[in-house]
Amino acid sequence: MRERILAILEKNSRLTVKELASILGEDEAMIAHEIEAMENEHIICGYHTLINWDKTKDERVDALIEVKVTPQRGMGFDNIAERIYQYDEVDAVYLMSGAFDFMVLIKGKTMKEVASFVSMKLSPMDSILSTSTHFVLKKYKDHGTVIDQPKSDERMKVSP
Amino acid sequence: MRNPLNDRITSLEPSGIRKFFDIVAEMDDAISLGVGEPDFDTPWHVREEGIHSLERGRTFYTSNSGLKELREEIIRLIKRRYDVHYDPLSECMVTIGGSEAIDIAMRVMLSPGDEVLIPQPSYVSYVPCCIMAGGTPVPIELEEKDEFRLTPEKLAAKITPKTKILVLPFPNNPTGAIMEYEDLAKLVPIIEEHDLYVISDEIYSELSYKGKVHSIIEFPGMRERTVYINGFSKAYAMTGWRLGYACAPQMILQQMLKLHQFSIMCAPTTSQYAAVEALRNGDEDIARMREAYDQRRKYLVSRLREMGMECFEPYGAFYVFPSIKRFGMSSDEFATRLLREEKVAIVPGTAFGACGEGYMRISYAYSLQDLKKALERMERFVNGIKKEKGLL
Repeated sequence: MRERILAILEKNSRLTVKELASILGEDEAMIAHEIEAMENEHIICGYHTLINWDKTKDERVDALIEVKVTPQRGMGFDNIAERIYQYDEVDAVYLMSGAFDFMVLIKGKTMKEVASFVSMKLSPMDSILSTSTHFVLKKYKDHGTVIDQPKSDERMKVSP
Repeated sequence: MRNPLNDRITSLEPSGIRKFFDIVAEMDDAISLGVGEPDFDTPWHVREEGIHSLERGRTFYTSNSGLKELREEIIRLIKRRYDVHYDPLSECMVTIGGSEAIDIAMRVMLSPGDEVLIPQPSYVSYVPCCIMAGGTPVPIELEEKDEFRLTPEKLAAKITPKTKILVLPFPNNPTGAIMEYEDLAKLVPIIEEHDLYVISDEIYSELSYKGKVHSIIEFPGMRERTVYINGFSKAYAMTGWRLGYACAPQMILQQMLKLHQFSIMCAPTTSQYAAVEALRNGDEDIARMREAYDQRRKYLVSRLREMGMECFEPYGAFYVFPSIKRFGMSSDEFATRLLREEKVAIVPGTAFGACGEGYMRISYAYSLQDLKKALERMERFVNGIKKEKGLL
């Protein structure tokens, strides 16, 4: 049942408990209880909105930074990650397999701001060997949703 | 000048849905829940295969009955679903949608005076196809108390010595009714006793929300007297590709193929290559879409009941068929007023046979957001009607 609730909420977190209950054909109180329990257990970690900032007046840049590190005695990957994710500019940190160790996603106001974060804050950290910064030029699809291309219904309005 | 037209054609009633379509088409801002096709795009891997076939220059006719590999996949699917076997070489053909199969099946089986039993409410083309084939359509009026299923009593009551064909339109458009295993089992002895043939239109078979779906062809002896019709439009969201198929005993199918050969030649080649991909790798797509439809179905039924529109629980296709009898108006009037007053288009039940009077077809081939918006308007309309008729 939890997975069924999550699959729907992941796509649309604005549904009311009542709507969820009728979609799933389940009891309202049960759904409300499960959602609250999942929030407490940090299975549901937050409710966010997918925004196409390019269509607003706000200027924003996103960057992906590949980071190589040397884990030191008494300080594994987790501790290094923690020191990175504490910064507000950092949107996401993933431990990766392959040629580098961390993928750090940065949201900044300008390229300069991102550049200064990398050179002033990230690179100087102990145990960081090297960084490689990639700026996002255009987003086509994000969180399973095609950005910037609202879909219109091209079907005939009435058909047998 | 002589009359250029054929009497049988000119006397055919135009589809009731056409009249309604013309009204809706004039209104730009109408929200429609009147569509009879999926809202999903054809899955990308299927479209991609169609594109690839064009890139490879596969732009020629196929054999009359369709690509051999497609027919083999169709046979495999039927075997998987119903454990029934057809010979891909002589008992299966690819058609232009399920519609062509319905048309040619009637034309090869009917002689003047033969009667065709057509359970209604049902899809709009059975009656005209029967008439054009020289047959006599005999409606069987299904009822809400039976959840619009065909009962053995209703079947037996309409059989005469002239009855030749029974159409089985399940899962049903417009009612959403299904036939479960026991329902079908009860019809079998009657079909055999009166030596009837069956045209089983199972175009919505993958969209069934109550356990395993069953077909009349599963019952011993029935495969030999049935034309099984299905297609890609609903299951794989491929309406515009125009692709369906028919499986039948060789004696019937070879005659259907003859008609198809002279009037169609073969189904579109690009669509056939795409369909091979759909059958080989499309089961997950079907499951994904079915789950989405099922959620909308439950939501729609509970919202309708909440606003005081009675409806039986439909377990198939993507339609809900609520009753409007308590509001004291005809289906046509309800549809027209809902459209004028709240700009929501739904289809009067009467478009699917006279016995659809008192019911409306609401399609849930729409996103939950769209459904929600349309239902808010409908609720306002229904509340207004309740006040007007003193039903509060």
